[in-house]
Amino acid sequence: MTFARNQWYVAAYGAEVGRDLLARTVLGEPLVFYRTESGQPVALADRCVHRRYPLSESRLDGDAIVCGYHGFTYDSTGGCIFVPGQQRIPRTARVAAYPVVEQDSFVWVWIGEKDRADPAAIPRAPWLVDPAYTTVCGMEPLEARYSLLVDNLMDLSHETYLHGGYIGTPEVANTPVTTEVDEEKGVIYVSRHMDDAECPPFYAKSTGIQGRITRWQDIEYHPPCLYLLHSRIAPQGHYPQPGGDDSEAFHAEIVYAITPSTENSTYDFWAVARDFAVDDESVSEFLRSSNRTVVMQDVTALNLLERVVAAEADGYQELSINIDTGGLAARRILARLTEQGRTGALR
Amino acid sequence: MTEHRGMLAGDRVYRVHWIPGSDTLIGVCHCGAERAAEDPIELWDWLLAHPDGHAARRPEPAPMRPEHAGAST
Repeated sequence: MTFARNQWYVAAYGAEVGRDLLARTVLGEPLVFYRTESGQPVALADRCVHRRYPLSESRLDGDAIVCGYHGFTYDSTGGCIFVPGQQRIPRTARVAAYPVVEQDSFVWVWIGEKDRADPAAIPRAPWLVDPAYTTVCGMEPLEARYSLLVDNLMDLSHETYLHGGYIGTPEVANTPVTTEVDEEKGVIYVSRHMDDAECPPFYAKSTGIQGRITRWQDIEYHPPCLYLLHSRIAPQGHYPQPGGDDSEAFHAEIVYAITPSTENSTYDFWAVARDFAVDDESVSEFLRSSNRTVVMQDVTALNLLERVVAAEADGYQELSINIDTGGLAARRILARLTEQGRTGALR
Repeated sequence: MTEHRGMLAGDRVYRVHWIPGSDTLIGVCHCGAERAAEDPIELWDWLLAHPDGHAARRPEPAPMRPEHAGAST
């Protein structure tokens, strides 16, 4: 497996986890999610210990799952509380329970050694639940390895070519970036500040700005899972005030959670939180539709790329140029996290 | 090149600035060492090799604040 274990991953939106059983495979581990009657999210291994039947294809009885095949019944800690036809419950009758945390509209799950799960280590995306922002969101399954999505998001120059007419304009590909890596915190930051840029339809229609803009894209990637794009749009020449006031600008916090499902498939969670037109449902619908279109353009491209990569011989020599500086940094940190997850080293 | 500033404020931050109007990248180590390159792989290799090859790029041995201790190459 080429995944970073001993890490938190987004498995679902909180709104997806309820009293119906939800199946998700994270880092190759099949999981079943549900919410207890008191509202707590639960993640258990999605295989009955008896004959491997998916518990997600079973039913809830209170807070317990009753296996849909032979009736083995598990409580929310994964302990078996009933087996059919006999009194003795075998000592090994238990399914794994995974640490879960509901935060910033996501349900995070810890994949790794349970005693190392520290909820304080989960990176934040507070805009998604901030009443001052309005959020549209979705999730698209990707039939491609997660590293292709990381590459995609770390180099936004592709917007000019893959997403022209939506979010891409010539300035994105033409503007140099600054890349920073905080080795201790494991954060990568990529800044692209564009001046006198064309306003793409995504922002022209949602903000009402006519004419040229100052457009800032500041990527903040918290490997392995959480990707934040702080997007600042303002009429050309408007910058934050020295005191910090930036009320003349429009801000969108574009959030992705990049969760490996299997070696060749990925959950692509996406959200757009904005601090403008917060009560305008037509803007929400436009941004929801437009961003999903953009995400699907990526999905189509990355699914194609996955087939290419999967079919090629080992040792293909890629070419990396300046636009790849952030993506290369991400690859290095992901490789380090993967190795640490394999050896059990602390981050 | 010491005017370069960034968004991250940690003690171990590596920075790569792409100089506008050029193909040149400037790598700045947290120790203050700097290096120019036109290949990001080469630049990351150098940055992450800290301290190998970094101290020699300081202009002088006298103690200096890290943000003033770099030398361009």
